[in-house]
Amino acid sequence: MSDITVTKLASYRNQTPYPFCPGCGHGPILDHLNKALVKAAIDPAKVVLVSDIGCSGLSDQYFATHAFHGLHGRSLTYATGIKLARPELTVIVVIGDGGTGIGGTHLLQAARRNIGITVLVFDNFNFGMTGGQHSVTTPKGAKTPTTPLGNLERPLDLCATVAVNGASYVWRGTSFDGELSDRIAEAITTPGFALLDVFELCTAHFVEHNTMSKSTLLEMAGRLGFETGLIRRQPRPEYAAAYREAMAGVRGQPLREPRRIPTLQPVSLARPFRLIAAGSAGGKVRSATRLLAEAAVLSGLWVTQREDYPVTVKSGHSIAELVIAPEEVLYTGIERPDAMVLLSADGIKKSGAMLKVMDQHGRVFVAPGLPAPPTAAAVEPLPAPAVRVERDHMGLYALMRAVRALDLLPRSALEAAAQRGGRAEANLATIAAAFA
Amino acid sequence: MREWTDGSTAIVRGALHAGCTFFAGYPITPASPILMSMLAELPKTGGVAIQAEDEIAAIGMCIGAAMSGARAMTATSGPGISLYSENLGLAIMGEVPLVVVDVQRLGPATGGATTVGQGDLQFVRWGTSGGFPVIVLAPSTAAEGYGVTRRAFDLAERFRTPVFVLTDKELSLTTTTVDPRAYESVPVGARVQHAVGQPFTPYHYEPAAAVPPIAHVGDPTLVRFTGSTHDERAFLTKDPATVGKLNAHLCAKIDAHAAELEWAHSDLQPGAETLLVAFGVTSGALRQAVKNLRANGRKVSSLVPISVWPVPERALAAALQGVRRVVVAELNPGLFAREVRLVAPNVEVVSVTRMDGELVSPTQIEEACR
Repeated sequence: MSDITVTKLASYRNQTPYPFCPGCGHGPILDHLNKALVKAAIDPAKVVLVSDIGCSGLSDQYFATHAFHGLHGRSLTYATGIKLARPELTVIVVIGDGGTGIGGTHLLQAARRNIGITVLVFDNFNFGMTGGQHSVTTPKGAKTPTTPLGNLERPLDLCATVAVNGASYVWRGTSFDGELSDRIAEAITTPGFALLDVFELCTAHFVEHNTMSKSTLLEMAGRLGFETGLIRRQPRPEYAAAYREAMAGVRGQPLREPRRIPTLQPVSLARPFRLIAAGSAGGKVRSATRLLAEAAVLSGLWVTQREDYPVTVKSGHSIAELVIAPEEVLYTGIERPDAMVLLSADGIKKSGAMLKVMDQHGRVFVAPGLPAPPTAAAVEPLPAPAVRVERDHMGLYALMRAVRALDLLPRSALEAAAQRGGRAEANLATIAAAFA
Repeated sequence: MREWTDGSTAIVRGALHAGCTFFAGYPITPASPILMSMLAELPKTGGVAIQAEDEIAAIGMCIGAAMSGARAMTATSGPGISLYSENLGLAIMGEVPLVVVDVQRLGPATGGATTVGQGDLQFVRWGTSGGFPVIVLAPSTAAEGYGVTRRAFDLAERFRTPVFVLTDKELSLTTTTVDPRAYESVPVGARVQHAVGQPFTPYHYEPAAAVPPIAHVGDPTLVRFTGSTHDERAFLTKDPATVGKLNAHLCAKIDAHAAELEWAHSDLQPGAETLLVAFGVTSGALRQAVKNLRANGRKVSSLVPISVWPVPERALAAALQGVRRVVVAELNPGLFAREVRLVAPNVEVVSVTRMDGELVSPTQIEEACR
C-alpha cells in the first residue's frame, strides 16, 4: 500500500473488485459511501473505516482510507477508542444487522454518549456469511434456517432505539435509494452519533426463503411500523469534544502524590506488634485505625493496614488489621494478634477464630457495653468515657483507650496524627477523652 | 520520610510516569481504585480516561486508542478478564501495545469480590484462543507495582503486545509504609514507528522474531489493522505459507526474547537444599519464612518470579543447583507449582496452597520445609 497525502480524491475506492454475491446490496451501499466521501472531500488519511464481522466486514479492504477490522459486534468500541484518541478523524463503522444485535449495548451507549461516529448498518435481516440464520432485525414470520416455521421474535427498530437515546442523526432507507450518498455525506459531517439503517437484499439466503424484492423493502418498513427517511437530525455536543472541553480546567494540574509522612519522634519497638480492630461497617473502624497507623508512621515505625469487609457498604463487619514493626513488614497477615479491640457485635462475631488462637499473653479490649467473648487472652472491658463522646467516635475512643492501656505509642504521636488529618478537632477531643 | 500508600497508587503512578495517555475500565472490586484514580489523574496530563459500558467495551476502546497512537491501559479483576478474553486475542493478532492490570480476587465466577486470590496465573497466560504467548509481570511488593507497571508499558510498546500486571486485592489495597527510594524508575521505550514517506506494509517483520514498525490510524500513512489471519499488508488470507509464517512470528516475537523478558529476585544461600518460590503477595510470607528459617540455622534459598510469563527458567535453573526440594506457595490450587515441576522434573516439588481468602502464612511455608 502506498502513502496517500492528497486531500481530495476522485475515488476513495481502491482497484480491488468487491467479492459479494450477484444482486447483494453491499456493493451499491459501498459505492454510495465512496460517493459520500468524494462529496465531503475529506482527506483519506483522516478517515477510518471500522468494519464489523460478516460479509459487510470485508468492506474495509476496498477503500483507500485507514481500515480497522476487529471482532464481531465490538466495532463500536474500537471506533469509540479511535474517536476519543483522535477526535479530528472521521470514523465510520460498517456493520451488519447481526453486529448490531451482539453489540447491542455498545450501540445504545454510543448513541447515548453521542460519540462522533457514523454507523452504516448493512441490514439484510439475516446472517449472510454463516448460512442465513435470523438476526435481531429479521421480520416476524420470516423464514430462515433457524426459524424454519417463521420468526416468532419482533424485529428491533434500530433507528427508533438510537434516536430515542440521543443520536444526532438517524436515517432509514434502502440500498436502492438514489439519495443514499447524500445522506451518508450529511451523517458524517453532522457532529455526534449518526446511524443509517440501510435495508438491502441478501440474495444468497434471505430472498431465497422469503418474498422480498427491491419494491417490497420499504413496504416492509411500513408494515413493521418503522419510520423511513430522515428520522432525526438534531446536533448536540459530541462526546470526544465535550470531554476535552470539560477536562480543560484540570489540564496541567499537578498529579496527586502519595501521602508522605515524616518521622517526628522516633519510638522504639522490640518486635512487631499486631493489632486487630473489629467492628461494624459505618463505624469508622478503618479511619480510626488509620489514625493509629499514621501515628505509628510518625513515630518512625513500619506499618501495614489490611482490611476486611463484606461486599455490602454500610452493613456487616469491618475489620482492620495493623502490623506495627521496627523494620519493613514482609507478611501483612496476622497469624496471632497481640491485641484485639472489639467494637461491635458484628466485630465479635467475625473474630472467633482469632480469639481462639490467642493465649494468655494476648490482650482483648471490649468496647463499653459489649459482652466479654470467650478467649484465653486477658479480656479488659473498656470504661465508658467520662465526658460525652459522639456515637460515631466510640470506635476511635475505644481504640485510643486500648493504645493507652497497651502503652503502644505516646499520646503526642496520636495527637500529631489527628492534627494532620480531617476532622482534627473532633478527633483530638476523642483522644483527650480516652487519655483523661 | 516515608510514604503511606498502597499498590493501586503505585500502579497508577507507574502508568502516568510511563506516559499512559488512555485508560478505559469498568467498575469491579478490587480494581476500582485504579479506575477512579485514572479518571481523576489522566485528564491532568491531557490524556483520556473513560468508564466504559462493560469490560468488553473497556478493552475495545483501549485497542482502538492504542492503534491511534495512545499508550493505553485497562484494569480489572478475574471476572473482567473473562470478558476481555476475545479482545486479548485481537490484541495479540493485531499486535497492539496494551497494558492490562489484573487485580486478582478469589474465584471462580463472582467468587469472593473482597477476598484475595492468585488464581488467574494460568488464566491470563491461556485466556484466549490459540495458545499464543503473552507477557505477565507480577509485582512482589506495593512499591514494586510502580516499576513493574513502567516495565509493562516498556514491553508493550517495544513488542507490540498485551502485557499484564498481575496483582491481587491485598497487595493492591493494603496500606503500607514505603521508603520512596524503593520505587524503580524503569526506562520506558517507545514503539518503533514507520518513517513517513517510506513505503509501508502494516505487518512486515523480518526475521520472524522482529516486531513490525507501526503507523497509526490518522497518520498520513494509511494503516490497515485486522484480527483476521492476514498477510503483511493486513489483507485476509488462507494461504498456508503466509498463515504459518504469521503465527510462527506471533510466538517467536515473545519466545525468542525470553532471556530479556525473564525477571526474578533470587536470594540464594550456598549449601541450601531447599528452595522456596512464591510470587506476588505470597512472596511477603516467603521472605519472612526465609528470615525465620535462617535465624534458626536452616539453609534455604528463595526465588520470587516477577515475570511469571515467561517463567524465569534461567534464574530457576540457577537456583535449583544442589536443591533437593522446592516449596511453592500460592493462593490457588498449585498453578505455579505446575510450572516449577516442568523446569525441575527430578526434584521434589511441594505445593503450599490456600484458597480460603486468607494469606499463606510464614508458618505454613516453614512447616513445608521440615
